[in-house]
Amino acid sequence: MITCRELQDFLEEYRTGALSAEQRARFEEHLAVCPPCVAYLKQYDETIRLGKGAFADPDAPVPENVPEKLVRAILEANRGKK
Amino acid sequence: MSTPVGTSDLVARLRKGDEGTFEEIVRTYAGRLLAVARRFLSNEEDAQDALQDAFLSAFRSIDRFEERAQLSTWLHSIVVRASLMKLRSRRRRHETPIEDLLPKYLDDGHMADPAAPWPETAEDLLQRHETRALVRGCIDRLPESYRTVLLMRDIEELDTQETARLLELTPNAVKVRLHRARQALRGLLDPHVRSLA
Repeated sequence: MITCRELQDFLEEYRTGALSAEQRARFEEHLAVCPPCVAYLKQYDETIRLGKGAFADPDAPVPENVPEKLVRAILEANRGKK
Repeated sequence: MSTPVGTSDLVARLRKGDEGTFEEIVRTYAGRLLAVARRFLSNEEDAQDALQDAFLSAFRSIDRFEERAQLSTWLHSIVVRASLMKLRSRRRRHETPIEDLLPKYLDDGHMADPAAPWPETAEDLLQRHETRALVRGCIDRLPESYRTVLLMRDIEELDTQETARLLELTPNAVKVRLHRARQALRGLLDPHVRSLA
């Protein structure tokens, strides 16, 4: 049977379906008897969702919140480049 | 994919050097693109510089814009590249080696610190006001080369090929860094989430 280390090293391949049927069966054989690896796999998915959610902040500055000074500097710089 | 309505006209006017069109595009896209630069660059001045560099670079190379592409996607890629260039020009901060943030294993391959289930799901955690700041703080603690890949792949949702191209890495190196970045982030979050139990 594969070890926790082997499972976790190839977790992304398992999640994305990149493993062969035989390799996948070996992963699932390990997961069937290893609650910590089941927890780890779930936490890996939760970590991705937390990362995405961390930047979808409802309190974040709205897209329109750009300093007018910056907009003018960009427009001015563009004129200067011509 | 069809060209979004109006994009061809906008690009045609830009190619003729129309300043009004340039301003229209800056005002339309600057907000969301500044938000992208801010995710890569913690310093506001650097983020604003990257945005300015990106717009100037985009309009200098407008002839290379492919008609089938989305203008917003093209600008997004350019502001990511400008942010990466700005990052490279900055002195590196003190970093914790990635190895210190990865899971540890016993000689037999078992986890040295077996994972225990988290008491709440990501969705529940994100309902808490402090969670987003906590997660962003943990992402900031990742070594720069790993944080960058995590931002590009998981947050900006660039694909592996585009990330590899912008970072001048092989696609496989991007995959390895992304996996390690996620593992390290999971390790940084773990004590905080467990403390909720």
